[in-house]
Amino acid sequence: MSASADRESAGEAHGSASEPVLSVRDLRKRYGDAWVVDGVSLDIRHGECFALLGPNGAGKTTTLRLCLGLVEPDGGTIRLAGHPVPAAARRARANVGVVPQFDNLDPDFTVAENLLVYGRYFGMSRAQIESRIPALLDFAGLANRADARIQTLSGGMKRRLTLARSLVNEPDIVFMDEPTTGLDPQARHVIWDRLRQLVARGTTLVLTTHFMEEAERLCNRIMVMDRGRIIAHGAPRELIAREVERHVVEVHGDGLDEWAERRAPALASRVERSGDTVFLYTPDPAGALSALEAESGLRYMHRAANLEDVFLKLTGRELRD
Amino acid sequence: MTSMTALPRISMRFVPVWRRNQLVWRKLAIPSILGNLADPMIYMLGLGYGLGSLLPDVRGVPYIVFLAAGTICFSTMNSATFETLYSSFSRMHVQRTWDAIMNAPVTLDDVVLAELVWAATKAFLSGIAILLVAWALGLTHSPMALWILPLLPLIGLTFGALGLGITAVSPSYDFFMYYFTLFITPMAMLSGVFYPIEQLPAALRALALALPLTHAIELVRPLFLGKVPDMIALHLAVLAAYAVVGFCVAVVLFRRRLLK
Repeated sequence: MSASADRESAGEAHGSASEPVLSVRDLRKRYGDAWVVDGVSLDIRHGECFALLGPNGAGKTTTLRLCLGLVEPDGGTIRLAGHPVPAAARRARANVGVVPQFDNLDPDFTVAENLLVYGRYFGMSRAQIESRIPALLDFAGLANRADARIQTLSGGMKRRLTLARSLVNEPDIVFMDEPTTGLDPQARHVIWDRLRQLVARGTTLVLTTHFMEEAERLCNRIMVMDRGRIIAHGAPRELIAREVERHVVEVHGDGLDEWAERRAPALASRVERSGDTVFLYTPDPAGALSALEAESGLRYMHRAANLEDVFLKLTGRELRD
Repeated sequence: MTSMTALPRISMRFVPVWRRNQLVWRKLAIPSILGNLADPMIYMLGLGYGLGSLLPDVRGVPYIVFLAAGTICFSTMNSATFETLYSSFSRMHVQRTWDAIMNAPVTLDDVVLAELVWAATKAFLSGIAILLVAWALGLTHSPMALWILPLLPLIGLTFGALGLGITAVSPSYDFFMYYFTLFITPMAMLSGVFYPIEQLPAALRALALALPLTHAIELVRPLFLGKVPDMIALHLAVLAAYAVVGFCVAVVLFRRRLLK
């Protein structure tokens, strides 16, 4: 049974091309007394790039595992690629790719063998998989490393191979759990470039991240999750416009404490403090900037508000463990 | 997957997982076979000829012949045990290979079945290797010994299933030492590998009859000596019961560990 045949049968199963690839209603999961997923609903349509944001422990990874049918929910319904989950999770996963948070490439195999062995888990024949391997290696930038052992690859190469592996079955939707965590900036930009290529080809992507830049650059839609609940939802620009003031002035340096207490509140519509930095949020920064110009000990930086400001406003600045 | 405690739901999707393990093994097949063979051969030849030279016939045959039949079972058991403890634990916990597989359309139940069948496959090869050596040394002549061949995979399944149950609850490699010290090694002493269980005091003999290795040996040794075993159905049933119950328990324990 080929992946494309599976996809056709999935299409027939729901009989409509407009059904969301992933549809979740009032999903709940409890560990002991704690609800780690507490009433999550979402719809993801074909061709979307969707990001689930949240601090550590917000319930992002558990939500993904629930969607894949790897964890039994305590409430709610899930439909993935036309199949109910967890009841028909195995059939749903035939049309899904997954890039896990931690690399789990097979260390006993070469690059090409990793793709071959993984394709067989989808019921693909050797010939089918081997016909796809050159394109997958090209995509991963590993065309000349087909016979290399996994241990000889850099972190970025391993990530790219994991991404290529998730595409071996030509999935309708790819789940990625923190796809660039632990990568250096160069490797991260290469992954982003590949993800943009996938979106351009029409692959549906769902990713969790706590890199706001990643979500802002790649995704057309974002959900912010905290303590198991969805606390904000929208396009990146839209969320920024709705949730925070347009301008941010970050202030640090000598005499910050006194200045923050005496002067700052009058200069901005909202003042936040995180460690040794004060954040002034304001629709019009002119007053704050000229006041800061006169302060000798303080250093400051003016920038446009971004998704990180939304995130910190919604989820708070205290450390999460 | 309807509930944590449901019976295993298995499918032919286990085959690609079995093939994955087989492909890894093929890369290291020769050292692996020699490594598996060396240890039991040293015991069999050292004790069999060395200690055997001091002993009268045991049950009417030279001690080396008596010991060879026990060694076939012991080696088959050890091969399945090592595979499902150390190797399965590496794949599950250290390499996260199972996590990767379960993101494909393969369930945990299929993965555990693949591990069990793979362990039985390796155990089969270990048993055959000892049987071949015994035959080459002239320790067995009877065509009846060929009936040992279909028993070896069953013995592999029995001890593979028990080993998987231990792996499912193991926090680290160190934990496996308890299983060897508290179960495998005492069982080897009580089950008739090295001497007939009739030599044991009555209480220990009753205990021996509850142990799966005893039943494996009660089947293999007569066949090795060219005789028809007594109570074949009973011995087969005990081995199969350990395998089936062990597998079902292991699957439930793995679900509790991994599917939460």
